[in-house]
Amino acid sequence: MTTYRSPVDEIRHTLRHVADLESVSALAGFEHSDQATVDGLLEEAGRFFDEVFAPLNRDGDLVGSVRNDDGSVTTPPGFVDAYRRYVEAGWSTVGAPVEHGGGGFPWLVNLALQDMMTAANFSFSLCPILTQGAIDALLHFGTEQQKETYLRKMVTGEWTGTMNLTEPEAGSDVGALTAKAVPADDGSWRISGQKIYISWGEHDLAENIIHLVLARTPDSPPGTKGISLFLVPKYLVNDDGSLGERNDVHSVSLEHKMGLKASPTCVMAYGDQGGAVGWLVGEERAGMRAMFAMMNNARLSVGLEGVSLAERAYQQALAFAQERRQGRAAGAEPGESSPIVDHPDVQRMLLEMRSGIAAMRGLCYRNAAAIDHARFAATEEERTAADQMAALLTPLSKSWSTDLGCELTSLGIQIHGGMGYIEETGAAQHFRDARITPIYEGTNGIQAIDLVGRKVPMEGGAVIRRHLAAMRATATRAADDPALSGAAAHLHGALDALAVTTDWLLEDGADPARRLPGASNYLEMLAVTTGAEILLAAALSDGGEDPAILARFFAANRLARVPGMAAGVTEIGPELAAGRSRLLAAP
Amino acid sequence: MKVVVCVKQIPDPADPGALDPESKTLKRDTKLILDESDSYGVEMALQLVDTAGEGSVHLVSMAPNNEVGGLRTALAMGAESATLVSDDALKGTDALGTAKVLAAAIARSEPDLVLAATESSDGYTGTVPEMVAELMGLPSVTFAKSIAIEGGTAKVQRQTEAGYDDVECPLPALVSVTAGVVEPRYPSFKGIMAAKSKPVDEVTCGDLGIDAGSVGWAGGGQEIVSIADAPAREAGEVIEDEGDAHERIVSFLEELKVL
Ligand SMILES: Cc1cc2nc3c(=O)[nH]c(=O)nc-3n(C[C@H](O)[C@H](O)[C@H](O)COP(=O)(O)OP(=O)(O)OC[C@H]3O[C@@H](n4cnc5c(N)ncnc54)[C@H](O)[C@@H]3O)c2cc1C
Ligand SMILES: Cc1cc2nc3c(=O)[nH]c(=O)nc-3n(C[C@H](O)[C@H](O)[C@H](O)COP(=O)(O)OP(=O)(O)OC[C@H]3O[C@@H](n4cnc5c(N)ncnc54)[C@H](O)[C@@H]3O)c2cc1C
Repeated sequence: MTTYRSPVDEIRHTLRHVADLESVSALAGFEHSDQATVDGLLEEAGRFFDEVFAPLNRDGDLVGSVRNDDGSVTTPPGFVDAYRRYVEAGWSTVGAPVEHGGGGFPWLVNLALQDMMTAANFSFSLCPILTQGAIDALLHFGTEQQKETYLRKMVTGEWTGTMNLTEPEAGSDVGALTAKAVPADDGSWRISGQKIYISWGEHDLAENIIHLVLARTPDSPPGTKGISLFLVPKYLVNDDGSLGERNDVHSVSLEHKMGLKASPTCVMAYGDQGGAVGWLVGEERAGMRAMFAMMNNARLSVGLEGVSLAERAYQQALAFAQERRQGRAAGAEPGESSPIVDHPDVQRMLLEMRSGIAAMRGLCYRNAAAIDHARFAATEEERTAADQMAALLTPLSKSWSTDLGCELTSLGIQIHGGMGYIEETGAAQHFRDARITPIYEGTNGIQAIDLVGRKVPMEGGAVIRRHLAAMRATATRAADDPALSGAAAHLHGALDALAVTTDWLLEDGADPARRLPGASNYLEMLAVTTGAEILLAAALSDGGEDPAILARFFAANRLARVPGMAAGVTEIGPELAAGRSRLLAAP
Repeated sequence: MKVVVCVKQIPDPADPGALDPESKTLKRDTKLILDESDSYGVEMALQLVDTAGEGSVHLVSMAPNNEVGGLRTALAMGAESATLVSDDALKGTDALGTAKVLAAAIARSEPDLVLAATESSDGYTGTVPEMVAELMGLPSVTFAKSIAIEGGTAKVQRQTEAGYDDVECPLPALVSVTAGVVEPRYPSFKGIMAAKSKPVDEVTCGDLGIDAGSVGWAGGGQEIVSIADAPAREAGEVIEDEGDAHERIVSFLEELKVL
């Protein structure tokens, strides 16, 4: 098996030529995140993840996390030590605010580190990423005292965090959840109910776990309007900060999964012994608002998982293709077999991977930069524009990067031939791991609904039109470059198609029955076009050979299909309706 | 206690670069990193200062193009400051020339202890530390697996083929550290940020009072006449076990004189 190496050069390139790190580090408060400093961080963090996290990935898959009879969970060999070193090195603190012990770096830089961590060990990465989500919620909505008590140790990683939304009857429909919270005399609450699929709900990496739990308070209205957010620590925290009593929250079982095996996915029982002690975070019945506030970040993190897993699969597939000999490629000596990387179809698969990864990475990083600008740009106007751009890009990052992540990790298997299907090579792990990413953190179907229902209609369509116009400008610039003019023509073509479908969505599609059938297809059209525009813009900015090759290949191979996808947005609705009553009817 | 560690900055072994047929030397256009061999010396120095409860670790490096990438890593691990000798006149410097330069640079900080690796990962002549000791008139102890400082004495466990020797010498002294004997720490996020503002003193041969004619190609007395590809590795011998495989392996090893 090949050793994974963090793609520091690609990441640096994306930061510079796609996400415009320079403009992010020019924002007030980010002066310390200049290119040289960020380079230093990338290199050392990359080395750390390559050497400490990556070697545990395989055993993590083979051994997995295991639940013991007493309800405790044991992580795979090496995880405890690696996590201790991660905490010691302080990598979890980079993006957190300075006043809570963080490094105060832009989200963009944090995402770049996350990219390397996730590729090195996906299962592992979920633990810090969920903690980050919980930190985010507390930063936005926690009381001063909650921040004081919990944030610092969560920022260092000494304590980890979880997100508890899902219940057996409440998956995509969060509003259906039934977990209960009743007030106690002392201002705290007693939480009871069952949560399922809770990632890192129980484990042995940290001394305390801070659960954020959605539950219903007495007399709440049904649906999402009646949901509140609670903080429930595994161990109650004494006034002096030391750990006190064990709280009434336990993992009752672990799921057996297709992949992501080292990440314990727990069924959590709250209040079996009378009620878990919890505290309200934010206002009562404002739980969904809290979720929305952290949603962009969390969804972007999951989108990035598609990128990172595809990167890991790509490195392995490339190394395999250079070693494995089979058949004779054109031009090879007679009697000699060629490495399969010399066969055009294998080259095509590898370039699909490489260009797809570059496009997805660009999309996610640009999304992160928009989040930074939305928070710290100088004027209200700039902040609003950036916030809208982040809102528009987030469902694209989440959905497209995870769908393509599955496709490309599958292609990684294909490049291995039969060996790819044999677990021994480890190629299959990346595909099995990637398969969760289109499902959790809002299924990709839900993302598409969000895009056509909420994001495209923002400001009466002005936001999406602004995005299309910016891409048009790139196409026009690229058309003047002889090396890129062909790709620019494809981009113009895709934008023409998008202009028509977008108008259709905004007018005819105002009726959900008309816009929902093609929502996922529209999302893919927009994402592929955005990815292609990113590669073109990067090629223009970099001026080098390699980025131009990637941009041209992606344009011919994928972008050129976009106009043909428009029918899938506007024409399939009636067929779905007809199919539902005939083909999809119960026999 | 003041410890100076010699750290060599080398091309990334994972991305080793190529020989330039023109100058017949390594193309040095890639960035340089901290030689892993030297990370053990840095770690050991940091631990010694920690144990002593006082003192500091200073780095000395000689490298082309004012390269500081590897020094930054060692500073991020916890060293306090660095001296970098970089000078076009040093092109082609051999091991002795390197030792002259390092000796002059080290002398400026008047250390109690100087550490180096037993050999570098790229050049591996394994001679520089001993020559530095000789030039500075310091006791030289090689192949250390552990070092303890007691009063003015260094107590060194010196690795041998059979085990180790206990060796003592007065300070100041130069000790070369065997690779792998301690676990080098990874630079922490805080360490990396702190390293940004740690002083790196960049000096030339002139600053050190070294005559440019005594180093570089001029001073080296060496000439590279030609370069050629290393011979391809020959296929090994496959021994089919017909009951006597162990004997054949033993006699093969005896032939190699490793048994
Ligand atoms: C490994 C793993 C880890 C997880 N970690 C966590 C965690 O840490 N915390 C947590 O709270 N949850 C977690 N989850 C839960 C995850 O977020 C949910 O599985 C996800 O939200 C989907 O819910 P569901 O499984 O009930 O699927 P369903 O909601 O039943 O969806 C089934 C299908 O129907 C589609 N669908 C549903 N509703 C609609 C609709 N309105 N319109 C169109 N299509 C629709 C979906 O897109 C999907 O294709 C995890 C799940 C897994 C498998
Ligand atoms: C053809 C040629 C061209 C060269 N060109 C240049 C040049 O342009 N610029 C330049 O600066 N040097 C140049 N050098 C010097 C070279 O980089 C080595 O430093 C020197 O040859 C030492 O050899 P070594 O690595 O085999 O030492 P070894 O004896 O194997 O090294 C043992 C230990 O000594 C210490 N050490 C060795 N070298 C250094 C160093 N440079 N800095 C700090 N500590 C060190 C380290 O702790 C090392 O692990 C050149 C050498 C050659 C042969």
